[in-house]
Amino acid sequence: MSWSRSTTSAAVVLGALGASACGSSSTSSSSPSTGSGSSATSTPDALNGGVTVLAAASLTEAFKDAKTKLEAAHSGLTLTYSFGGSQALVTQVQNGAPADVIATADTATMQKLVDGGLVAAPSTFVRNKLEMVVAPGNPKNVQGLADFARTDLKVILEDPSVPAGKYGRQALAAQGVTAKPVSLPLDVKSELLAVEQGNADVGIVYVTDVSSAGSAVSGVTVPDSQNIVAKYPIAVVEATKNHGAAQAFVDAVLHGAGQQALLARGFLAP
Amino acid sequence: MTGRRPPLLLLIPAAGALALILVPLAGLLGHVPWTTLLTQITSNQVGSALLLSLECSLLAVAVALVLGVPLAWTLARTSFPGKALVRALVTLPMVLPPVVGGVALLLAFGAHGFAGQALAHLGITLPFTTAGAVVAETFVAMPFLIIAVEAGLRQADERYEEAAATLGAAPWMRFWRVTLPLIAPSLAAGAALTWARALGEFGATITFAGNLPGTTQTMPLAVYVALESDTDGAIALSLVLLVVSLGVLIGLRHRWLGATG
Repeated sequence: MSWSRSTTSAAVVLGALGASACGSSSTSSSSPSTGSGSSATSTPDALNGGVTVLAAASLTEAFKDAKTKLEAAHSGLTLTYSFGGSQALVTQVQNGAPADVIATADTATMQKLVDGGLVAAPSTFVRNKLEMVVAPGNPKNVQGLADFARTDLKVILEDPSVPAGKYGRQALAAQGVTAKPVSLPLDVKSELLAVEQGNADVGIVYVTDVSSAGSAVSGVTVPDSQNIVAKYPIAVVEATKNHGAAQAFVDAVLHGAGQQALLARGFLAP
Repeated sequence: MTGRRPPLLLLIPAAGALALILVPLAGLLGHVPWTTLLTQITSNQVGSALLLSLECSLLAVAVALVLGVPLAWTLARTSFPGKALVRALVTLPMVLPPVVGGVALLLAFGAHGFAGQALAHLGITLPFTTAGAVVAETFVAMPFLIIAVEAGLRQADERYEEAAATLGAAPWMRFWRVTLPLIAPSLAAGAALTWARALGEFGATITFAGNLPGTTQTMPLAVYVALESDTDGAIALSLVLLVVSLGVLIGLRHRWLGATG
């Protein structure tokens, strides 16, 4: 019977495919091989080739500014960003995502990668503070963190697995405020959107998110005495195929044009 | 089936296709925490996601039945200008990325959306509510019901309805006592597919209804959130969804697999 032989051979192929799928532990890399670097300077440019950066959602605008500056200054550089909740980014690296650099919004998430030996020693590159976000003009008259207990307000807080959600809860708990959020978004930008579109009245995001959103929202300052300072760590992913450029990008974020772009967006120097 | 041996050039990619489907399932099954599975599934977070998912998906099927069957009937039994366009629009949610559906729902039914503002006058809020999750699931899943029921209606023998009309049955009576029983198998299959699709809905739900345990965090959302903090819980939830999906397939096997003989 011809079927039995055919199915046997199919099973062999299937087995081979299965084995290869199980065995391959992410050997691919998104980093293209380093380009020629058309700059006429005699010194070799370390910031060259493709660099893929996973970054906390709150870094979106500042890192995009940095990309514009860095790519203009380094003609052979192609920066690719993937923004998301820090915890999600850590999961991606743990599962072998082809990234060269990761920047998160808290040290606890980054520590998971350090413990797993997946990144080089991280450095804090900026700090950020919390701010309450409300509709433009603050129509519901939110004054402080205590207002999160108000039952006439639709409160929104990030999921506790996200740094901003963790910090927000810490700040509220320190004031003895219990909030009943209407949703637990998985990154700050989703929370910002909910307030922008009027589906939530008040949330807690970073100072930089409020300023990035422009006139779409208003901010209500959290006093320093009640605020939480978030430290943002950045690290080179050990599996990078473009280590020199990855390290050069980290250096630029720590001291160079990247740092300037971050400070211009309201981040605090480390 | 002829006696000829199928060409290897077809069998190898066919095996690849099968592998693409089966290898991930094997990966999931290989990581199931069998020993703690029951504890995982009965834990608070998983349990509440499970109950909420059942509630939302069954309500979505109910809404789809109440609204979708009449639309299917209209498409199958009446003719009106632009019918082809209506039929195409009905199937749009099947091909539209669910997250786009969620954005569209948010812009229409959100606090600043025109429909949302109208509903607000009636005291109804959809974003970040369980009702919103039901709407999102219905939006995505209802086309499956409409298509199945319309196909059933087209195949049904209209002479029974005509006979009922001759015997003096009113239009509604004909629909309720003759047409619906005739298309019961299509109705059941459509409802099962709609339920499975609603149960698995993620993109439109998280975008439109948000993510709050017990209110809008259905099982697919719980899987996604747990994947980052509680991998075993995520796998346990995934297994539940997989078993449900297989259950629907097995329930529909005569309809699909039976056709090939």
